[in-house]
Amino acid sequence: MKIKRALTFLTACTLATTLVACGSTPDANTTDAGADASSLSGSVSLGGSTSVEKVIGALSESFMEANPSVDVSYSPTGSGAGITGAAEGTLDLGLSSRALKDEETAKGLTATTFALDGIAIVVNLENPVADLSLEQIKGLADGTITNWKEVGGNDAPVVLIGREAGSGTRDGFESIVDVKDQCKYEQELTSTGAVIAGVAANPNAFGYASLASVDETIKAVTVDGVAATEETVQDGSYQIQRPFVLVTKKDAQLSAPAQAFLDYAVSDAADDLIAQAGAVPMK
Amino acid sequence: MKTKNIIERLMSRVFFFCGMVSIAAVLLITVYMIIAGLPAIVEVGPIDFLFGTVWKSTAAEPQFGILPFILTSIWGTLGAVLIGVPIGVCTAIFLSKLAPPKLAAVVHPAVELLAGIPSVVYGLIGMMVLVPGVMDLFHLKSGSTLFTAILVLAIMILPGIISVSETALRAVPREYEEASLGLGATWIETVCKVSVPAARSGITAGIVLGVGRAIGEAMAIMMVAGNVPNMPGLFKSVRFLTTAVASEMSYAADGSLQKQALFSIGLILFLFILSINLLLNHFLKKGDTTK
Repeated sequence: MKIKRALTFLTACTLATTLVACGSTPDANTTDAGADASSLSGSVSLGGSTSVEKVIGALSESFMEANPSVDVSYSPTGSGAGITGAAEGTLDLGLSSRALKDEETAKGLTATTFALDGIAIVVNLENPVADLSLEQIKGLADGTITNWKEVGGNDAPVVLIGREAGSGTRDGFESIVDVKDQCKYEQELTSTGAVIAGVAANPNAFGYASLASVDETIKAVTVDGVAATEETVQDGSYQIQRPFVLVTKKDAQLSAPAQAFLDYAVSDAADDLIAQAGAVPMK
Repeated sequence: MKTKNIIERLMSRVFFFCGMVSIAAVLLITVYMIIAGLPAIVEVGPIDFLFGTVWKSTAAEPQFGILPFILTSIWGTLGAVLIGVPIGVCTAIFLSKLAPPKLAAVVHPAVELLAGIPSVVYGLIGMMVLVPGVMDLFHLKSGSTLFTAILVLAIMILPGIISVSETALRAVPREYEEASLGLGATWIETVCKVSVPAARSGITAGIVLGVGRAIGEAMAIMMVAGNVPNMPGLFKSVRFLTTAVASEMSYAADGSLQKQALFSIGLILFLFILSINLLLNHFLKKGDTTK
């Protein structure tokens, strides 16, 4: 009795697989014919900056939804590794959260900026300081300025609240303000939300957070007179920002799915997803 | 008769298998921690790793010294024990020997509830209440300090200490106390000089349990301690062994020395907890033989 049931089950399984296989054959044919984008197949391997992981995650998810037979993978190993990967051809596309250096473009690499990242400098609502220069921010972060009165605030100690080592926002802030590994942190928290909560709770605090997460519980200061908004990041006047770029090799031909992904990342359709992931779209 | 035998043997196998599951898990974790944790210790050098005072895992020239974490964990745990143990043991004495039954009926469930509160809630309350409170009270520039973490840990270890000590105190034979009372001692004298010494090993077990909980806690103290890898100071922002692993794990790249070093911290923490558990077993066994 049991054996008979098992046999029936097996037969059913075999039938089902055959049917599925039959069903998928026509699709494969159209791919060969090279028809529209939705019939792409293959894989795209991406890698690089940890900061872009969230944006790329959102983009690749919707890209794979539109192209079910393309597999997009991302390994967050750092901008440097992403650029090297693109140069050596181990990655289809490299991701970097900084513009390419001259010696990198000299090696035949091109950068396509697909999003921008603005980092807001946030202080407690009670803090009267409304504007800081980049130089002052550097001093506040590396401990050369220890009292708010030196930058026009109250007579109160400066408390820097930042992110943990390895965070993309921390890396962005420290490299743009030029305080890499010199910051005198008072608190290192593991999320942007925690940084904002920390700044909101301490009148002496200042911190950094990606632009999209700034809310009314804290105050974003202007940097050299420029407020951090989507527009000032896009026109380049807000200084604490960095590009998210896709790195490719000039002379090498991209695979069809990789090219499609690149086109998708710079298309208007990607803008909403980029904004939702906390970055600033190009326009 | 035969089917009964089969069921009997089958079920004993099932129970045996279930017993093996936890042993397998312990073995697996131990082996994995050693395999994952040793490479970085070897690469950094055991002396530099254990006694280095600077932790800069993502700097251009990374440094992996975990002495600040080890000392913070030790001081933090000691501080929590210093505050938590007297309160916990006295609460246990009160509940088991002194409290009127009606009051005990209120306090007892409250203590049990305290044990059931998730650590993230302790952290949240610590962050919202204790951090600003400590900042104002001591006129500090930031309230995220070792001291704040100690306060949170002290509250967190209370329930364990109370319930284990209370059980031990209740198990003291009534005759001991009656003999003491019969000799003319007061009730408080009896409790302090007869009941507590008789329950000594159980109370010690409760304390060791509290130490284990304090040293292994991550979530709550991550929210109140500030997480900066400073050498410990009572009013400095500090990072514990547990929070060192938890705060950097999410961004550490696979295969990097940073990630391996985090596993090594885990291994050190594992050894700490292991020795505390051995201590606990030792005290519990001692308690059994005296009976």
